[in-house]
Amino acid sequence: MASAVTTQNLTKKYGRKTALLDCTLDVPAGHVIGLVGPNGAGKSTLLQLICGLLAPTAGSLSVLGALPASGLPRIGFVAQDTPVYGGLTVADHLRFGKHLNQTWDDDLARERIERLELDPKQKAGKLSGGQRAQLALTVAIAKRPELLLLDEPVAALDPLARREFLQGLMEYVAESGATVVMSSHLVADLERVCDYLIVLVKSKVRVTGDVEELLATHHRVTGARIDPEKLGPGRAVVHARHTDVQSSLVVRSTAPIDDPAFTVDPIDLEDLVLAYMSEAAESGRNRVLEKQR
Amino acid sequence: MIEFHLESRSGVAPYMQLIQQVRHAMRLGLLKEGDKLPTVKDVVARVAINPNTVLKAYRELEYEGLVQPRPGLGTFVTRTLGSDEDVAAHGPLRRDLEGWLAKADDAGLAEESIEALLVSTFRNFSAKRAARRG
Repeated sequence: MASAVTTQNLTKKYGRKTALLDCTLDVPAGHVIGLVGPNGAGKSTLLQLICGLLAPTAGSLSVLGALPASGLPRIGFVAQDTPVYGGLTVADHLRFGKHLNQTWDDDLARERIERLELDPKQKAGKLSGGQRAQLALTVAIAKRPELLLLDEPVAALDPLARREFLQGLMEYVAESGATVVMSSHLVADLERVCDYLIVLVKSKVRVTGDVEELLATHHRVTGARIDPEKLGPGRAVVHARHTDVQSSLVVRSTAPIDDPAFTVDPIDLEDLVLAYMSEAAESGRNRVLEKQR
Repeated sequence: MIEFHLESRSGVAPYMQLIQQVRHAMRLGLLKEGDKLPTVKDVVARVAINPNTVLKAYRELEYEGLVQPRPGLGTFVTRTLGSDEDVAAHGPLRRDLEGWLAKADDAGLAEESIEALLVSTFRNFSAKRAARRG
């Protein structure tokens, strides 16, 4: 499968602070990729490295088969909080977009603004959060990018504005076949729109893969106190919680677990992400890895 | 034309929800042979889901022989699920079920208990039926 972005041991440090460490990824083209992780995990850093706004400290990356560079027409980027120029009108934004981008699709931009019922004469600073996000998205997709990077695009929006934003985004994906990488905290939204997932925790990639495959290979296993090491080979405990009488594990396993001593249930994407994000996951997983060595 | 919706908390994969909604509409006679399904772009613009999810659902329905894509025109329903008798039988069966629900209500069952009882009985029934049919 063609790759939209590949990274090799990508590392970014700000002074002595490490924002991203040894990140090796192969992001497939033609997918909508969700980038999740706690605050400060390195999501924005990764996105800014991909769009060429930051240079890596170490490692390398290739974006649409080339070195990343800022301002490429093939790449669209909507930064955190969907910035627009508050003093400029909606029409000014489109005029600038047209002037600055050779690939600008003016029909698409105008048609979107009209459908969203944005007043072209309105100053962008006076728009609602949802309208501002839609304007920023319009400017980004009117370039007709092959790769669209969005940093927490819907975080500040109310549910209706969020849904409308994602509708517009998915419409563009359906029509253009573009690859999208978007970071978000809102796993419920990601579950609808993303078919590929990257989980970043503490500057490192914890898990990555096709959403359906991830859901098919992760299980919630509960039962009377389970020793994670007795689950058998090929099974990694992602997350474990024990009470004095019961254990609840999130287990990654390609083969079905059919031990009658355990109850095995499917897991939804939110729980899967939380299992990887939580602190306890780290100790549980390290133990299994040590065992395997 | 039918309209899709998605329940994020149902635990059913999104593409499977779309498939179920098409089958359901066919069974209820809302979709008949020759009817057109909404285009992928229309579905994603309305439901805000990944286009690949819709494509996958439509491919699966095509594989089941329920729909057929016609290039440049759209995806069309190729058969009718459930004969007219089936649909005619729905009314009385629904009334029986409503009678049962009223009884459960009279017996003081909470809504959740009623649902759990219905679902577990149905699961037993369909497991037995599947075993019978081999």
